[in-house]
Amino acid sequence: MRIFFGYFLLYFGAAFLFLGAFGLIRLPDLYTRMQASTKSTTLGAFSSVLGVGILMPHWFVKCLVVAFFILLTAPVSSSALMRAGYKTGVPFDKKRTVVNKGKEFFSEKKEKEEGK
Amino acid sequence: MEKASKFNRYVFTVIVLYVSWILITATTRTDELIVGIIVSLLVAIGTYDYLSIQGLRHLSLKRLWFLVIYIPYYLWQVILANFDMAYRVLAPSMPIKPGFVIVHTDLKTDSGKLALANSITLTPGTLTMDVKDDKLLVHWIYVKDRTIEGATHEICGRFEGFLKVIFG
Repeated sequence: MRIFFGYFLLYFGAAFLFLGAFGLIRLPDLYTRMQASTKSTTLGAFSSVLGVGILMPHWFVKCLVVAFFILLTAPVSSSALMRAGYKTGVPFDKKRTVVNKGKEFFSEKKEKEEGK
Repeated sequence: MEKASKFNRYVFTVIVLYVSWILITATTRTDELIVGIIVSLLVAIGTYDYLSIQGLRHLSLKRLWFLVIYIPYYLWQVILANFDMAYRVLAPSMPIKPGFVIVHTDLKTDSGKLALANSITLTPGTLTMDVKDDKLLVHWIYVKDRTIEGATHEICGRFEGFLKVIFG
């Protein structure tokens, strides 16, 4: 039962990592691709590590800590990448994108800094 | 947000470091525990100023209880987000309608904003790009509401209640 559950988590993670890679090919621009890759790599790595922990019981606590840190740090790195991409002007899919408040957001920031 | 006293923050840092030490070494042998407390005390001297703002206030029972409820909820949202993503990637018509929207938050502390940004990133279809004062720039893969109020309700509504108690 324990071994079944461990392998289930491993393959569950692998399936989502595959879907993330698939999303990288199919989606139109950087921002939507980042969405796909962030979500699937977080859950993929998380459940793979947890699966390893369940298969190797004496590693379980360590794997739990590693999984927690993955959950904590993966979103931060992805939003840093998105922000850098937006600020350097990576083009987005103009046909599909319906609303863009990024300019408003970043120009507001400038006014405040000048005000100081 | 005013800071707690230096001693208060120092003790909180020591506790967090020591708990991480115990979890990573994963033993209860006496020598490991003794080395752990010495290392935690030493490391905390240099780092408490960066690692802690509110100090021991984080350890109140109510906050820890909400954290314990929040983590499974958060994991459930992560799994939902992945199925949502899988559907959008695999469906032949590709139902995406991306956009950049601004979201407003009531959280005051930096750690609260970080937790909210992380939660938004891992919920269905949204990804935080930047935080400035009380506003967050969010990339939304299927825009349902363009106004600030509507987007706030749709995106942050389900987390803010929890996070206000945990980091408030």
